[in-house]
Amino acid sequence: MIARHDAGAQRAGRPPVTTDSGIPVAPLYTAQDVAGGPDALAGRLGRPGEPPFTRGPYESMYRGQLWTMRQFAGYGSPEETNARFHFLLGRGQTALSVAFDLPTQLGYDSDHEMARAEVGRVGVAIDTADDMADLFAGLPLDQVSVNFTINATAPIILATYLAAAERQGVPPDKLTGTLQNDILKEFLARKAYVFPPGPSMRLAADVVEFATGALPRFNPISITGYHAREAGCDAVTELGLTMASAVAYCEELTGRGLAFDSFAPRLSFHFATTLDLFEEVAKLRAARRLWHRIATERFGAANPAAARLRFFSGNSGTTLTAQQPLNNVIRSTVQCLGAVLGGAQSIHVMGYDEAFQIPSEEAVTLSLRTQQIIALETGVTRTADPLAGSFFVEHLTDEMEARAADVLARITGSGGAVRAIEQGLPQRWITEAAYRTELEVATGQRPKVGVNTYTDGGDDPQVEAFELDPGIAERQITRTRQRMAARDGAACARTLSGLRQDANEGHNVMPALVEAARAGATVGEMAGVFRQAFGEFREPSPW
Amino acid sequence: MSGRPRIVLAKPGLDGHDRGLKVVAMALRDAGAEVIYLGLRVPVADIVAAAVAEDAALIGISVLSGAHLPLAGQLLTAMRAAGLEVPVAVGGTIPPRDADALRQLGVAGVFAVGTPLPGVVEGVLKLAGAEAAAR
Repeated sequence: MIARHDAGAQRAGRPPVTTDSGIPVAPLYTAQDVAGGPDALAGRLGRPGEPPFTRGPYESMYRGQLWTMRQFAGYGSPEETNARFHFLLGRGQTALSVAFDLPTQLGYDSDHEMARAEVGRVGVAIDTADDMADLFAGLPLDQVSVNFTINATAPIILATYLAAAERQGVPPDKLTGTLQNDILKEFLARKAYVFPPGPSMRLAADVVEFATGALPRFNPISITGYHAREAGCDAVTELGLTMASAVAYCEELTGRGLAFDSFAPRLSFHFATTLDLFEEVAKLRAARRLWHRIATERFGAANPAAARLRFFSGNSGTTLTAQQPLNNVIRSTVQCLGAVLGGAQSIHVMGYDEAFQIPSEEAVTLSLRTQQIIALETGVTRTADPLAGSFFVEHLTDEMEARAADVLARITGSGGAVRAIEQGLPQRWITEAAYRTELEVATGQRPKVGVNTYTDGGDDPQVEAFELDPGIAERQITRTRQRMAARDGAACARTLSGLRQDANEGHNVMPALVEAARAGATVGEMAGVFRQAFGEFREPSPW
Repeated sequence: MSGRPRIVLAKPGLDGHDRGLKVVAMALRDAGAEVIYLGLRVPVADIVAAAVAEDAALIGISVLSGAHLPLAGQLLTAMRAAGLEVPVAVGGTIPPRDADALRQLGVAGVFAVGTPLPGVVEGVLKLAGAEAAAR
């Protein structure tokens, strides 16, 4: 019904042309649009690998090393997910990224009454360190980098991973990878929180503090705006909220007496890359510059690596459509290109069938091939930050940085990220933005091919069906019960009471968690100690 | 009873994807319905209790974890046990093959991802309105 943007109509005072975030876009950009002229711009850019890192965190960028191709994967039992990991690595994926099922994310064992319907559905079911060992069978953990999308139970899952690595004979200082461990964005958007914000911040900081000594090659947190974006906000708000979260974690850690320069080099970040190509590239460049400014001005970073932002880009699932699902391959290609032009260290490309199900092997292979074709056939990797100096992109980068800094200032003004989240302020921004976007799609103001234009009469979507084995929950429960029966119950109980004591007395919980995981304690038992000690969070009303 | 249908919305199970259900809640509210939004991880017994207490004309749930069949089944069982007879609408990542299975369970309306927002609002209000008229 809608369709063509009529330039004449726009000149006649129709809606102004803007980016997705509402930044006005002129028909043409020239040198006059780059603030301060060429010398000032050179100062804002620097060189790749040098402050303020606008042009990239490393000098040689993709000539030196391609980004890590890391498809998010997990379903069913540890064995099934292990098989998919081997499948992906066999097709040229260069690292792993684990999706956990909801009971694991929320600290319930598979036999809990809240868990039964959800075991193995959106990720792999992990109840014990034995499960974690099975998950990585045949995958040497000193050679493969692993990302864990885990938050409320991040310290527990890290403990089971350390126990599994120990059984492979791999010491902690050889482990590489990333633990998501960003609880603030769970309250903001992703909603897999368990404990209230205060104790949750403490647990996240316990992990970072522990890792700063014990896991020198591992990223103990991935501070993310991705989920707020997927839940509905725009790119400007995404960047501002990410920085507000980063400030909150850094204040928590420096408040414990940790030196900023000691932990900040291992902080990592996570952004969405959606379809507004130039705005997304500008956002990613602006993110590096803004973080450098915050790290140096607010936290006094002296070590350049402490002000160097590295990030993972997940392509956007909400830009994909159930209608005409093959169109999603094209959307994902553009998003992957945006992440590359923005200088990502690691990328996930969505499966075209994710509106319906966990991606099929065909879909996930196509996602990986998308990355490989961009990396090997397009030539975009030949030089660092190829869009630098574009009048338009530099203008957008400046705008994005300034507007995101305004969002950060609003959060700071309301008492910081934790306080703002407790009041529900950013959650309301996100929900209202999601509603506006949906109305724009409904009225046709926001074109969506196959949805509100070029619908071809509304064909039924057809995708290859992915079937989850219906016996998974029963098998997982049986196995966990067998393992609990086989462990030394008294020794395990002693580790749990040690954990309880450390949780109640404010000690770092990581050493006691590692002891408990080694002794065969379950994820539900360890989370149960925290539930007792900290209580559970209920979200304030969204309106 | 007033002309505004009362609709109870909730997310059962453990899934936290609430963007869709909140958008639907706001659209139903703007279309004149009285919406009672119960939030995340709501046990089915609590959904039934809220629907009885609020004299709801419809219960809407949203599931994006793939657990729509067992969760809808649990809800309908709990409703039967409580003697509650109101239409149930289910939204979420529902493959076409599961839409029929949900209807066979007794779900009155299935709104899978990809259903345009006006279609969801119209469908839900029609089901709720028919229920209110039958009382």
